[in-house]
Amino acid sequence: MSLKTRGRSSVLIAGGVAAAFALAACGSSSGGGGTASTSPSTSASVSAECQPYAAYGTFAAGTTVSVFTSILPPEQQKFEASWAQFAKCTGITVKYEGSDQFEAQLPTRIAGGNAPDIAFIPQPGLLAKLAQGQNPPVAAPATVTANVDKYWNPAWKNYGSVDGTFYAAPLGSNMKSFVWYSPSVFKAKGYTVPTTWEELTALSAKMVKDGVKPWCGGIESGGATGWPATDWLEQIVLRTQGGDVYDQWVNHTVKFNSPQIKSSMDLLAAWMKNPLFVNGGHGDVKTIATTAFQDAGKPILDGKCGMLQQASFYAAQWDTFKKGAKIAEDGDVYAFYLPGIKADIPTPIVGGGEFVAAFSDKPEVQAFQTYLASGEFATEKVKQGGWVSANSGVPLDAYTDNISKLSAQYLTKSDATFRFDASDLMPAAVGAGEEWKQLTAWFGEGKPTDEVLNAIDAAWPAS
Amino acid sequence: MSATTISDEKVAAPESVSSAVHRNLSSPWASFAVIVITILWTIPTLGLFVTSLRPSDKANQNGWWNAFIDHTFTASNYSEVLTGGAVIPQGIANFFINSLVITIPAVLIPLAIATMAAYALAWIPFRGATFLFVTCFALQVVPLQMALLPLLQLFNKGWKVNGVSIIPPIGGHGTYYQLWIAHAMFALPLAIFLIHNFMSQIPKDLMEAAVMDGAGHFRIFRTIVLPLAVPAIASFAIFQFLWVWNDLLVALTFAGGNDQVAPMTVYLSNIKGTYGSALHLVTAGAFVSILMPLIVFFALQRFFVRGLLAGSVKG
Amino acid sequence: MSPFLTETLSKFQQMGTALAAFFGVLLIVFYLGSKTSGRIQTPTARLVMLGPAVVLLTAGLVVPAVLTTISSFKDANNKKFVGLANFNWVFTNPDNLVTLRNTVLWVIITPLVSTGLGLLLAVLIDRMKHESIPKSLIFMPMAISFVGASIIWGLVYEYSEPGGEQVGLLSQLAALFHVADPPNWILIPFWNNFLLMVIFIWIQVGFAMVVLSAAIKAIPVDVVEAAMLDGATGGRLFRSVTVPMIRGTLVVVLTTIMIGVLKVFDIVRTMTNGNFGTQVLANEMYAQSFVQFDAGRGSALAVVLFLGVIPVVIYNIIQLRRDHAR
Repeated sequence: MSLKTRGRSSVLIAGGVAAAFALAACGSSSGGGGTASTSPSTSASVSAECQPYAAYGTFAAGTTVSVFTSILPPEQQKFEASWAQFAKCTGITVKYEGSDQFEAQLPTRIAGGNAPDIAFIPQPGLLAKLAQGQNPPVAAPATVTANVDKYWNPAWKNYGSVDGTFYAAPLGSNMKSFVWYSPSVFKAKGYTVPTTWEELTALSAKMVKDGVKPWCGGIESGGATGWPATDWLEQIVLRTQGGDVYDQWVNHTVKFNSPQIKSSMDLLAAWMKNPLFVNGGHGDVKTIATTAFQDAGKPILDGKCGMLQQASFYAAQWDTFKKGAKIAEDGDVYAFYLPGIKADIPTPIVGGGEFVAAFSDKPEVQAFQTYLASGEFATEKVKQGGWVSANSGVPLDAYTDNISKLSAQYLTKSDATFRFDASDLMPAAVGAGEEWKQLTAWFGEGKPTDEVLNAIDAAWPAS
Repeated sequence: MSATTISDEKVAAPESVSSAVHRNLSSPWASFAVIVITILWTIPTLGLFVTSLRPSDKANQNGWWNAFIDHTFTASNYSEVLTGGAVIPQGIANFFINSLVITIPAVLIPLAIATMAAYALAWIPFRGATFLFVTCFALQVVPLQMALLPLLQLFNKGWKVNGVSIIPPIGGHGTYYQLWIAHAMFALPLAIFLIHNFMSQIPKDLMEAAVMDGAGHFRIFRTIVLPLAVPAIASFAIFQFLWVWNDLLVALTFAGGNDQVAPMTVYLSNIKGTYGSALHLVTAGAFVSILMPLIVFFALQRFFVRGLLAGSVKG
Repeated sequence: MSPFLTETLSKFQQMGTALAAFFGVLLIVFYLGSKTSGRIQTPTARLVMLGPAVVLLTAGLVVPAVLTTISSFKDANNKKFVGLANFNWVFTNPDNLVTLRNTVLWVIITPLVSTGLGLLLAVLIDRMKHESIPKSLIFMPMAISFVGASIIWGLVYEYSEPGGEQVGLLSQLAALFHVADPPNWILIPFWNNFLLMVIFIWIQVGFAMVVLSAAIKAIPVDVVEAAMLDGATGGRLFRSVTVPMIRGTLVVVLTTIMIGVLKVFDIVRTMTNGNFGTQVLANEMYAQSFVQFDAGRGSALAVVLFLGVIPVVIYNIIQLRRDHAR
C-alpha cells in the first residue's frame, strides 16, 4: 500500500474530522464503526469524507481487526468514536476488547494460539518479552515506520523497538511528572506554585507550619500494589542522577543498591516517608501502603492535604470525590509540573504510554496500524478529550481539557529530559514484581532501605 | 419395588428427627445464637447493598451506615448498571444473558458426565477402579491457572507430536463452546468425588437384586441409581452454578471480554474503569449478579433435605 | 431493543443446540448400549460411562499437571532445564518461608473453623421454626463473587485517619468505643492473616452448614430414638449420636474446604496482594506465572501445592478402604 497521497490527505483532513464528529454526535453507543451516517449527504460528499482515508484502501464487508487493550469503558467508546470514520470508509470493523487482566491474559492468549490482531501494550518490558518469545509480534510495516519517523520523537520509537527491530508504534502518552493541588486552597492560604525544588521544599515546610500535612499518597492498587511508589523513585532518580544513569539503571548496569539509587531512596524517604509531610488526610506514613491510589488525592479537596504527586490520568478521579469538580488553574484542582532538582538536567519528565503491537500481517491490520500511528488519528482521539499523545501531528489547540493540553506541552517539549517509566521498561520480575513488593514493604512495614534494594537486585533475572 | 421404599424412608426420616430434636433440645439460647451469627454474617453484605444505593460522592466520602443518617438514597446506580450511563455506556443485560448461556450447559454437561463416571467407579467393579477414583480426586488440586494455557493451546492448535497432528484444533475461540468444555473439565474432579461418595452408599442388596432380575448396567443406572441420586446431583448443581456464575478467569481466557460472549463478571471488573474505582457502580453490579444464584439456591433448596452426601451416613 | 432480542434468541438457540446434541448422543448411546448382550454390556457400560470423564480429565487436568511438573524443572522462559533450582528458591527465599507458614495456617485453621461453625449452625438451625431464613442469609456469601467479597470486606477493614470520617466498619466501631489509636487493621503483623481468613470462613460456612444440615436430617430416626431412650440429651446426643453418624460427611466437607483453601488466591490477591506478610502459595504462584512471567518458579509452586494435598488424599484413601471393608 502506498502512502504517497498522504500529503494531499492531510490537507483534506479537516473536512474528514468534521464529518467524523457529526458521526460521533449521532452517538452509536455500541461502537464498532461502519454504521451509516444519518446526515443527508450525497454520494459525492461521502466520498469527500472518505477521501482522507483512500490511502488505506477499502476492504470487503465483514473484514475485522481485533484489538485487545487494558483500557476500559468509557475510554473504549472514545477510541471507537475516534476511528469510526476510518472504519466506515475502509470497511474494516474494529472489534475492541478491554480487560483489567490484560497483562496476564495477553501472553496466555498469544501462547495459546489466539493472539489478537493488535494489542495496546503499556509496558515496553512486556513488548520485549513477547518479541523474544515464540509467536513474536510482527515487525512494524514501512508505512507505520514512516508515520512514526514523521510524527514521533526518536526516543518513543526506541521504546517500541526490541533488539534493533521496530515493532510497535506509540499511541497515547501519560505525563507522570505532575503534582496535583487545589488552586482555591492555595489562593486562600497565599501559597504560590513552586517552580524549583527549593521552592517546593519551602512550600512543604510552610504547610507543615500551617498545620497541614503537605503531601498525600496511596500505592494500593490490587494486584499492582506498589506501582505509584516506583514512579516516585523514578522522578527522584531522573532529577538527581540524570538520563544516562536512569538508562543504566533500567538495564541494571547501575544496580538498585548502588550509591546513586540509594541516595535517591534517601531523598524519597525525606519526602514521601517524612512523618511531618505525609500522609495528609489519611494518617501516618504507613497508610501510604494501604491507601488506594485512586483515593489518595481526596483530602486535597478538603484542604487536609496539600499536594499529590500523580500522573495526568489522575484527572479522571476528581469527579468521583466531588461531582463536577473543576480542573483548571482557577478551579477546585489542578496540576503543576514537579520541578527539577539539578540545573544541568533540564526539565526532567517521566512519562508512560501504550504501544501498538500487531500479531498479524494481514493488510487490514497493517492499514489500521498505519492509521493509529498517524497524526490524523491522534488528533481525532485527542478531540474526544482526556487523552494525550506525544504525536507531533496533533495541534495543541485540538486539546479540549486543560490537563491534557498541559501534559502535551511538556511531552512535546524539545529540550526536556524525557524518560519512560523505568518499571515498565524493566523485566517483569522486577518492574511488575519485586520492586512493587519491596517498596510496598518499605512504606507499609518500615523495611530498611538496604534490605529493600538488595532484595530487588536479587530478583533481577539472570539472563 | 424396593427402590421406592428406600427413598420413602429417607424422606420420612428428617421430619421425625427434627421434631424429636425439637422436643428434647429446644433452647432459647440456641435461637439467640443463630440470630446473632446470622446478623454478623449479613452485615457485610448489607454494607454492599446500602453502598449500592448511595450517590457516588457520598459513597466515596464516608461509611455506608451514614446513609441511615443523611437519608440520601438513589436508584441511579442501578439504572446506570442496567441500562448504561455516563461512566459505562453499556448496560448489564447482554452480559446477564451471556452468563446464563455460559452457565446452564457448564452445569448440565459435567453433571451428566460425572454422574456416569461416579456410577462406573462405584458399581462396575474393575481392576484399577480405586486408582482411577483416587487420581480423579487428587486432580482437584491442579490449580486451574496452570491448566489454562495448555488447554488453550489444545483448543486452538491441537496436539502435535513431532509435527504429526494427534488431535486437531477444535477452534471456536470467542464462542461459548471452548468455555463449556473447559468448565466441564474443571468441574469433574469434585463432581465425581461427591457424587461417587453418595452413590457408593446405595445399599448393595438393592443393586444385587437388580442384577438378579437381569438388569444391565445401563438399565440399573437409568432406573435405580439416577432417581436415587437426584438430590446429590441437584445439590452439586447449585455449587457448580455458583462457581461458573462467579468465574472470571476461565471466561476471559476462553471466551474473551467481547460483549457477545463475556459473562457478568467481566462486566463487573470493567465498570470500575481504567483508572477509577466506581464503588457505587461496582456494588450495584455485584448485587445484580447475586440475584440469579440466590434464585437457584431457593429453587433447589428443597433437595438439601436429602441433599448432597446425605447418603454418606451409615445406616 | 430488537437487536438485543434477536441476539439473545440466537444465543439461547446455540445453547439449545449444544445441549440437545450432547444429551441426544447420550440417549442414543444408552439405547444402543442397553441392547447389547450381557457379556459385552459391562465393558461397554464401563467405556461409555467412564470414557468421557477420562478423556476430559486427561486433556484438561492430567496433561497440564504433567506439563507443569516438567516446567518446574526449567527456567523462567520454559527453555533450559535447571534441575532443582526453582524448588531451592521456593524453600530458601525468606519471603517464601513466610508464604509457606501462612499457607499451613490457612490449611489448618480455615477448614476446621468453617466446618466447626457450619456444624454448630446446622445443629442449632435444625431446631428453629423459620429454618430457611437464617440458612439463606448465611448461605448468601457463597453466591457473591470474590470481586464482590473483596469490596465488601474492604468496607470493613478500611482505615481512615482517626478523628475523621470513617469508611471502614471496624474503625468506626473502634471510634464508637473510643479506642484512642485504632490500628491500620490490614497492616497488623501476623494477625492480618487471620483477618483475611475471616473472609474465606465467611464464604465457606454456608457450604459446610448446608451440607452438614442435610446429613443431620438424614440420620435415621430409630437411631436417635434409641439414644434418647438411653437417656441421651443435648450435648451428649450431639457427641455420641450426631457426630459419629455424620462422620463421613464431616470428612468430605473438611477435605473439600481444605483443597479449596490451598487454591485460594482471589481473596489474598484483592485484599493485600500478599503484601505485609500475608502471601499464600496459590497467589505467589499466580504472581510468578502471570505477573512476573517466571514459568519455572510458578510451576514449582504449583507442584508444591500438589504435593501438599497428598496427605489429604492418603487419608481419604484410608477412609475409602475402611468403608469398603465394612
